[in-house]
Amino acid sequence: MSIDTETAARVAKLARIRVEPDALPALADAFNTILGFVEQLNEVDVDGVEPMTGVTPMRLKRRDDVVTDGAQQKAVLANAPDAREGFFAVPKVVE
Amino acid sequence: MMSDLNALTIAAARDKLRARDITATELTEACLAAAEGSGKLNAFAHHTPDIAREQAKAADDRLAKGDAPAMCGIPLGIKDLFCTKGVPSQAASAILNGFRPEYESTVTQNLFDAGAVMLGKLNMDEFAMGSSNETSTYGNVVNPWKGDDGADLTPGGSSGGSAAAVAGDLCLAATGTDTGGSIRQPAAFAGITGVKPTYGRCSRWGIVAFASSLDQAGPMTKDVRDAAIMLSAMCGHDPKDSTSMDMPVPDFEAALTGDIKGKTIGIPREYRMDGMPSEIEKLWEDGTAMLRDAGARIVDISLPHTKYALPAYYVIAPAEASSNLARYDGVRFGHRAKLSQGDGITEMYEKTRAEGFGAEVQRRVMVGTYVLSAGFYDAYYNRARKVRTLIKRDFDTVFADGVDAILTPATPSAAFPLGAMADADPVQMYLNDVFTVTVNLAGLPGVAVPAGLNAKGLPLGLQLIGRPWEEADLLNVAYTLERAAGFVAKPAKWW
Repeated sequence: MSIDTETAARVAKLARIRVEPDALPALADAFNTILGFVEQLNEVDVDGVEPMTGVTPMRLKRRDDVVTDGAQQKAVLANAPDAREGFFAVPKVVE
Repeated sequence: MMSDLNALTIAAARDKLRARDITATELTEACLAAAEGSGKLNAFAHHTPDIAREQAKAADDRLAKGDAPAMCGIPLGIKDLFCTKGVPSQAASAILNGFRPEYESTVTQNLFDAGAVMLGKLNMDEFAMGSSNETSTYGNVVNPWKGDDGADLTPGGSSGGSAAAVAGDLCLAATGTDTGGSIRQPAAFAGITGVKPTYGRCSRWGIVAFASSLDQAGPMTKDVRDAAIMLSAMCGHDPKDSTSMDMPVPDFEAALTGDIKGKTIGIPREYRMDGMPSEIEKLWEDGTAMLRDAGARIVDISLPHTKYALPAYYVIAPAEASSNLARYDGVRFGHRAKLSQGDGITEMYEKTRAEGFGAEVQRRVMVGTYVLSAGFYDAYYNRARKVRTLIKRDFDTVFADGVDAILTPATPSAAFPLGAMADADPVQMYLNDVFTVTVNLAGLPGVAVPAGLNAKGLPLGLQLIGRPWEEADLLNVAYTLERAAGFVAKPAKWW
């Protein structure tokens, strides 16, 4: 399967990365190289094989359902590009 | 000679510190001076001399009281991927410009609790995506080793700064992380030892995530003994990482007996790649002979799905990366693009990520987005995860048949010149990880040990792969190989 510039543009949009139109052909080429390489996986018989979810079989640990952390507003906001009045500030989200 | 303290191993420094022959402050000053003078290597991204001096003083107090764990007073470099409280931690990415974590990663906290000293943050490939340390926002790292033509060589990647700093004696040891080979490949390129532990051995908490099902932290050191000492201090169960294994941490150093009589070492036939350079083939044969001479039983084994490991990795790792890196959106930390009149939140995301991520990171995030997108999820992502099951099953089978460890080359070549791959397609660079990536997919421990020099005088490494959770046995085989290989070469200082 070959990726065209339109698909490349759609993927960039889904990934929320701005790609200028003149960069799309090279991006599509790179996708095709990488996806061409992974096409080999189609040679493998995977009938009846479970997809791996975790490499080490382990039971997730449980802990008491209690608050263990919190009340760290200042620390949480310390690295924000734009924090105001105790909140993260972003451009208008709803009209 | 005070100026040579930075060249000590951890084990030698520990003994001198405990004997009060040297102080942690003297040792730290020697490393700070070496790091300060290493600008041409570009291994350090951020120097932290104030923290180092404070920690060294605290270590000296502990040493004076006789309360000194093995890592007490040992100066380390820390890969920039580890979040260190109040210190820039930006995974070598412009998107984390200015980010200073409010918390400490578990691995660095463990090391500091054991008395270790942080000299600074080490350069790396951006978000650990790369095999040559050429994708960093801080610029390339240069390998301390030079070939006979004098060209600047890659230290490998992604832990290239760590490898260069250890090989160049800028620190006694360094932390690394390994998602597809990022500890073992640079260790091999720089003539040092690097260990990727079993998945779950080291906590991932506070380490900037690349591909969460593959990422593991590990030590990069001057020899196997140091790797054993440092690994013991790094790992342990952490409730903050749900994949961290709750099991006791052995004294890995105590396992280094040098006796491997009766151990079975597997030589996987699928790792004999077409077009493998003869120097790599010879190194592998020599290593096999060394282990045989040490009393191990050598058996040929088959890992039939080996050739599908890299393609599976280049689906799974980008898929996980696309999800992990979604958090870099210009809202909570790091870079936010300057917006134009009328730009909304989507424009903010798109411009921020286009400006903040480098080309390779963008490419992998988008490949990951594609393989996870509706209509392709089964064809790519699920298929790759099924192949991963088969790759792990290959290893399970040979271990069940009695193989204790597997010997392979660490890399398909010695260090190559910086820029040599500039015009190659991305897949050519990915082939660097052909011998290491299987280990991450199967969650196994692996170690790269320097085993010889090539015709140009550059180091070459061998890899040993062990059974899950049996790092102690694995390190003992590595120690035996190290002693037999007798690798003592060091790069001549030119920087």
